[in-house]
Amino acid sequence: MNNIMTIIKKELARFFGDRRLVFTTVIMPGLLIYLMYTLMGEGMMKQLTTADDYVAKAYAVNMPEDVKMMASSLRMEWEDWDGNPADKERVLKEIEEGEKDLLVYFPENFTADVEAYNMENKAPNVELYYNSEKSNSETAYQMMQSFLKGYEETMVNKYDVNAGMGEGVFGKYDMASDAGIIGKMLSGLLPMLIMTFIFSGCSGVAPESIAGEKERGTIATLLVTPVKRSALALGKVISLSIIALLAGVSSFLGTILSLPKMMGDEVDLNVVSYSISDYLLLLVVIISTVLVIVSIISIVSASAKSVKEATTMMAPFMIGVMLISILPMLGADIGGKAAYAIPLFNSVKAMAAIFGFKTDLVMALVSVGVNLVATGLLVTVLTKMFDNENVMFGK
Amino acid sequence: MEELLQVKGLRKTFTLSAKQQKLENTKEKVKVAVDGLSFTAYKGEVFGLLGPNGAGKTTTLRMLATLIKPDAGDAILDGASVVSQPELVRSKIGFLTSELKLEDFFTPNYQFDFFSGLYGVKPEVAAQRKKELFERFGIDKFAEVKVGNLSTGMKQKVSLVVSLVHDPDVVIFDEPTNGLDVLTAKVVTDFLLDLKARGKSIIVSTHIFSLIEKICDRVGIVIAGKMVTCDTLEAICAGKPLEDRFFEIYEEKVGRIDE
Repeated sequence: MNNIMTIIKKELARFFGDRRLVFTTVIMPGLLIYLMYTLMGEGMMKQLTTADDYVAKAYAVNMPEDVKMMASSLRMEWEDWDGNPADKERVLKEIEEGEKDLLVYFPENFTADVEAYNMENKAPNVELYYNSEKSNSETAYQMMQSFLKGYEETMVNKYDVNAGMGEGVFGKYDMASDAGIIGKMLSGLLPMLIMTFIFSGCSGVAPESIAGEKERGTIATLLVTPVKRSALALGKVISLSIIALLAGVSSFLGTILSLPKMMGDEVDLNVVSYSISDYLLLLVVIISTVLVIVSIISIVSASAKSVKEATTMMAPFMIGVMLISILPMLGADIGGKAAYAIPLFNSVKAMAAIFGFKTDLVMALVSVGVNLVATGLLVTVLTKMFDNENVMFGK
Repeated sequence: MEELLQVKGLRKTFTLSAKQQKLENTKEKVKVAVDGLSFTAYKGEVFGLLGPNGAGKTTTLRMLATLIKPDAGDAILDGASVVSQPELVRSKIGFLTSELKLEDFFTPNYQFDFFSGLYGVKPEVAAQRKKELFERFGIDKFAEVKVGNLSTGMKQKVSLVVSLVHDPDVVIFDEPTNGLDVLTAKVVTDFLLDLKARGKSIIVSTHIFSLIEKICDRVGIVIAGKMVTCDTLEAICAGKPLEDRFFEIYEEKVGRIDE
């Protein structure tokens, strides 16, 4: 027991004594994720929206008077054009270069053609010329298109579906609570992110701590001391878990803090309120997950001859963990309750349930239990490996 | 004299890879490194394993230190079996070889405390011992310098000191002066004699005749994994220099060296 503590203390002293290591494993991932997601979110917003007070500049050809009246409510500055083919190139070039945003071309006898329209003859076609590369032009195009659709509906309106602001005789049409919608989204996304963060946190330190000690010959110095191999294995797994957990927490904070920016203003994360017991359960599930992942990576590292080899050997495991963590995103309850017997996959399921406001305490605790048993088995394997001269000294 | 170590029929084989077979120019898949080695060492004496490179000296010492397990045979060290009680054996010995490295990141001071902890040495005893050993080897001035920044000689001294944190009664030392500069080699040999004077038992392996002549009470000559002869230094030398006797014995057992 004392020896486990001595090993843990040494591993932590090694880690925290190295400022660069602390920065690259714990601080940088969270910071990078925060900056990246924030920038991505803002970039996406910029792409999709134009400034609120922008007034689009548009040409109109043969626009009927009643349309003109209604279109005056749009944020558009209209300029009439006679559609003279001689000016065609100039007008189109202006749109292409973004000086004008839109050209709306009505057929010559639009109103009459519309009235004469029946199933047999061709419907008159309104042409909209725009440039989707320019966000102002794209917005003007979208605006005009939906305006014209609306105009069409006013001409032939027989009935509406769910008209109004989303509420009918019996109240809101969509019964989902705001929290439910966000919960569904988070339960697909967050378990995957958490698993990935934990894995990358572990893979940053475990190869160095085990394969590295083998490579440098320092593990032999530990092996000639009377320390039990099991104490060595447990000490390594526990200390690496603490470090991996810190790295995971940092990444998690980075994600949570940048999420509102990533998702845009529509997503009000304030409606998402998990209870303290949800958070506690989440923490317990995460800790059990970290232990399993660290044990797996430790075994991989112990079987590798060098840090480089360990890092290479880890790739398939990374892919495996990623695969099982995207399963909840597919929506269906894969595997049912039996799937809680599978280590790591049960963590993903339990986390998805917690984030989706469907916390299942019993199944979450079953997952933790299964993961702890798996950790025990893996640590036994690691102990055997530390005791195996071919694994430790094999060239 | 009280027996300290009984080595009984130790055998160790290594499996050769196809590449190693080619390198060694052999069709045999299994190389016998130590072939039924037996000897006895006594308390308070310095026992030397003498032999050419590849004779199996290091493999024997690694088995005694329980880093590797024998295929057959056993060794009883101060009542503990290397096969069935490896942890007990490890707590009784100090094992030193150039194969054991210290982490570059930590200072000698930290390393000493860490290994004292692993050997279960009480902190106040460890502090006193650290002071003595650091002074003796001149490590005190470098106690707070990371091992990675120390000179090769200083690193070796720190390794030596760290292997003795628990003041073991038995010191097993593989090629004690190999790779050391003349000054450090002298410090180490003097220290071994000092340990002997304090009643410690020492087992060394070497191919350096002068070292054996200087420090050993008894010698075992190992050739090709087998103990060829084992006796007191005087008995083996029989009045001649050890080097001459070694080649006489070698030619007697194996054949002419230049053949």
